[in-house]
Amino acid sequence: MAQAAIELVGINKSFGAVRANRDINLEIARGTIHGIVGENGAGKSTLMSILYGFYQADSGEIRVGGKPASIKTSNDAIALGIGMVHQHFMLVDNFTVLENIILGAETNALLKSSIAKARSELDRLEREYGLEVDPDAIIEELPVGLQQRVEILKALYRGAEILILDEPTGVLTPAEADHLFRILRQLKEQGKTVVLITHKLREIMAITDTVSVMRQGTMVATRETSKTTVEELAELMVGRRVLLRVEKGEAAAGAVKLAVKNLTVKDSRGVTMVDDISFDLRAGEIVGIAGVAGNGQSELLEAISGIRRAVSGSVMLDGKPIDLTGAADPGELRDRGLAHVPEDRHHVGLVLAFEENENSILGYHDDPRYLKGPFLNIDAIMADATDKIEKYDIRPGNPRLKTANFSGGNQQKIVLAREIEQDPGVLIVGQPTRGVDVGAIEFIHKRLIAMRDQGKAVLVVSVELDEIRSLSDRILVMFAGRIVGERGPDATEGELGLLMAGIEQEAAA
Amino acid sequence: MDTLNAIVQVLDSTIRLSVPLLLACLAGLYSERSGIFDIGLEGKMLVGAFAGAAAASVFHSAFIGLGMAILISVAFAMVHGFASITHRGNQIVSGVAINFIAAGSTIILGQAWFQQGGRTPALQPGERFESITADVISNFLATYSFSTASVADLLVSIRGLILYLPALLFDALARIPGFGPIFAELVLGHSVLVYFAFAMVPFTWWVLFRTRFGLRLRAVGENPAAVDTAGISVTWLRYRALICTGILTGVAGAYLSMVQNGGFVKDMTAGKGYIALAALIFAKWKPVNAMFACLLFGFLDAASIRLQGSPLPVIGKVPAQFMQALPYVLTVILLAGFIGKAIPPRAGGVPYVKER
Ligand SMILES: Nc1ncnc2c1ncn2[C@@H]1O[C@H](COP(=O)(O)OP(=O)(O)O)[C@@H](O)[C@H]1O
Ligand SMILES: [Mg+2]
Repeated sequence: MAQAAIELVGINKSFGAVRANRDINLEIARGTIHGIVGENGAGKSTLMSILYGFYQADSGEIRVGGKPASIKTSNDAIALGIGMVHQHFMLVDNFTVLENIILGAETNALLKSSIAKARSELDRLEREYGLEVDPDAIIEELPVGLQQRVEILKALYRGAEILILDEPTGVLTPAEADHLFRILRQLKEQGKTVVLITHKLREIMAITDTVSVMRQGTMVATRETSKTTVEELAELMVGRRVLLRVEKGEAAAGAVKLAVKNLTVKDSRGVTMVDDISFDLRAGEIVGIAGVAGNGQSELLEAISGIRRAVSGSVMLDGKPIDLTGAADPGELRDRGLAHVPEDRHHVGLVLAFEENENSILGYHDDPRYLKGPFLNIDAIMADATDKIEKYDIRPGNPRLKTANFSGGNQQKIVLAREIEQDPGVLIVGQPTRGVDVGAIEFIHKRLIAMRDQGKAVLVVSVELDEIRSLSDRILVMFAGRIVGERGPDATEGELGLLMAGIEQEAAA
Repeated sequence: MDTLNAIVQVLDSTIRLSVPLLLACLAGLYSERSGIFDIGLEGKMLVGAFAGAAAASVFHSAFIGLGMAILISVAFAMVHGFASITHRGNQIVSGVAINFIAAGSTIILGQAWFQQGGRTPALQPGERFESITADVISNFLATYSFSTASVADLLVSIRGLILYLPALLFDALARIPGFGPIFAELVLGHSVLVYFAFAMVPFTWWVLFRTRFGLRLRAVGENPAAVDTAGISVTWLRYRALICTGILTGVAGAYLSMVQNGGFVKDMTAGKGYIALAALIFAKWKPVNAMFACLLFGFLDAASIRLQGSPLPVIGKVPAQFMQALPYVLTVILLAGFIGKAIPPRAGGVPYVKER
């Protein structure tokens, strides 16, 4: 086996009461692609941020190239040839690409020579790796795929020999992800070491040489990729057997519950985000809307749920129109049987500073069930919350706990429990499992399918293609504000990927 | 001729009145660009004004006064830094605290040291910064000679040598008939701090957009995590920005008590720190815009003084309070409607916390 590029020995790290990393040992061989998988919150980002000097370990040792290294700041890590592309990009949005690249790596006190050097160096990197990007473009005007490229260039510009990528494919289309993997293979051929963090097991199988699995802050296993399977890795991640694809029977679609006709929505800058969209949602079916983030899905959801003004078109709920002026009363829509699980649970779905029981009736607080005269009926609310906690296996099961202290998956369950338990005729769900761990994903998917089987109409918007394919009875693909195709649940990933990238559409036009 | 005279005079006092605003505004620019909101500009100017006038009158030197003004003002800036950078406190609270401490301590110390009701003694010639008038220049040209009698003489002579050519130029310009007097009134006749203030505008622009420090400063105000992961210390960078702020508010204070006034008077900043903040927003955190914003506010101030009591055609008499409120009203109106959204540095006001 090749010499170790990195060795981590007995790393511990706590954030307050949270033990993010416990006694971690890890060895990464030089010139390989090493994958790290684990559920959300397993401590992957923390571990790699310690290696990159962003956090300091409470105890433990780091060895780089066999020698003990003291990494106190990112500067130390950079000097040791370690580069990192963070999960949330570390770019200055209103700077140009060049400015971002030289930040911290300037040659002297004036910018002129740094810029000139970076320009020629970028040219070289571009030719060598096919990492093309306009050096004078402003970051916030670039699509995320290119922003990520800038992050990679930043690391290479600083002479990184070991490149850490934290969940790099979450923001990419399948085609962009393939391009990224080609670049990573090329880096490996040049003798560089790549550490790839992801929660997508298929990517691990496709590109890594070795894979390590983390669970709840500990390193549970390291395997050679060729000698393991997706099923084994999933089981190691969760600590029990999980169904990656929830079983479901045929849909029995009934009457049209929600009819969207020629809907057009603009965002605050006046850009058309939803462009003349029409579709029907029937009782007893799940319709999935696929697409890369930012292609109008969010605006579509908001318009249907009456939060955002539509420019034109109509939405009928059970044959009666929904007010699309943006002034719809969400309470009235709820009464009419439309429940909405918003994409962004932190800002829209929950008040994080509230207790769990308060969030579990949020928006339904004027329901007579929860009232005693003009006052809230605390006993009834608590009983209701406890009931939901049991039914949805929300942990920790304490209705008095502040909602911010629940994990992402449990927060999502709080929202879902609240909306589903109102027994709505139509359920609209945005990103049902964003930031939710594998175990909870299975649970949430089962609930949604149970809704469908009870004859409810369910609309799911998700950027996770796997999720769309496993849940939907019909798949609509959005690209640039339009629905560019409709497919059945057996559509292949490649087919959907092309649609999501707008490629089919261009070919047809 | 009378109206021309009046206009020139109003413009001249516009320049004088906008200088402290401009210095404070640029001071705020350094700290806010680094992501530290600084509502304590007012207080730092005030302690600078007090320290400057007190030291100048005790040591009989304008330059020692200026140095002390800067020193004390920077010290207060460091207090703000300690609270809001090192201890990640609320920046508004820290700034307000500094304003209160400044207002109170200057009066108490002034009374304790000088027993003149919170004033400092009236500054004598040599303890103030003198105006560089046309007469001063022609005097200088007439009497200049190179002397090597002592080290001090040598230094003065070398300084004179550097200033000789510009002095010749200005002297010639001031003698042009017609144009000369206006030039002498508007451009000449100010103290060295005025020229410093206006020179700081292009200098600040250059620092911000052409130097490494400027690049990092702008970056840390937008996304400190990006700066941190690029291997740069966020803390030290923000402290350096606050040092720049302290220096400039110190000069602004010195200008108030040692140029505009012949000594320190309690509460002499009179809200200029807040107007400077308004100007900063108005200028969208850009140095050249800041200069125009401060000139505009200075002009409103000058006009309000000029118009006091004398009725305007058509409108009639305008209450002085109205003119004084105008900068704020203008900022709100223009921001709301005309110059588009002013987007502050994105990380502004938020302490940089890595571990929750
Ligand atoms: N900066 C931080 N401050 C406090 N807690 C944190 C911080 N970063 C991560 N955590 C906590 O540490 C745990 C591990 O998080 P993380 O390393 O981001 O997991 P992963 O990348 O595997 O999803 C989580 O419980 C998370 O809430
Ligand atoms: Mg992570």
